[in-house]
Amino acid sequence: MSKKLAIIATKGTLDWAYPPLILASTAAALDYEVQIFCTFYGLQLLRKDVSGLKVSPLGNPGMPMKMPFGPKWFKSINWNIPNAIQAIVPGYESLATALMKQTIANCGVATIESLRSICIESDVKFLGCQMTVDLFGFGPSDFIDGIDYVGASTFFEFAGESDICLYI
Amino acid sequence: MNFDKELDARGLNCPLPILRTKKSLAELGSGQVLKIVATDPGSVKDFQAFAKQTGNELMSSAEGSGEFIFFMKKK
Repeated sequence: MSKKLAIIATKGTLDWAYPPLILASTAAALDYEVQIFCTFYGLQLLRKDVSGLKVSPLGNPGMPMKMPFGPKWFKSINWNIPNAIQAIVPGYESLATALMKQTIANCGVATIESLRSICIESDVKFLGCQMTVDLFGFGPSDFIDGIDYVGASTFFEFAGESDICLYI
Repeated sequence: MNFDKELDARGLNCPLPILRTKKSLAELGSGQVLKIVATDPGSVKDFQAFAKQTGNELMSSAEGSGEFIFFMKKK
């Protein structure tokens, strides 16, 4: 019988969309049976169009801000922009997201779209938390097909028998 | 070494080389050999771990001029 990986995905930003999808797709490649329970902001992983996911460097001291283009010396500069400035510049988040997407492409890292497709192709099961779907005013039409909308107890049925259970 | 299919995973980063390998192996029959060329330095350990966990045999693993070449036999 194959091993089981259960993931609880709770984050809805471009950067945090990666860990659950990377781990789920890799586990599926290693013949794990995988379920991802998407709750709160993790529901963003189920959106039909995930191209709107954004990353914000605001209040995130762990995020290096480097340029994805130009000569090597320029790319190695870490732009230490104060939070107060990030907060008042309109479009700062969109700019940071565009730069991050360019960096992702430069590094040969998969897009969220393609990782999710690989997950779906490899039978990773996505569950949507019904309560948070209601809470945020979403409907099934906001999300990709093939999602089961369930509560925590349904998730525990799988998670309770899993070999690995991750909260992300 | 003889092989039945080649996968070009150059320029791809984790976990894509493994995911593409899984897909390519699915198109092969048992005992057939897949050659993989990758540039991700992490792939050396990842391919060993992939082989160990899936039962596909990593026949060889070599490095040359920034590329990593693996031969994997499907179980």
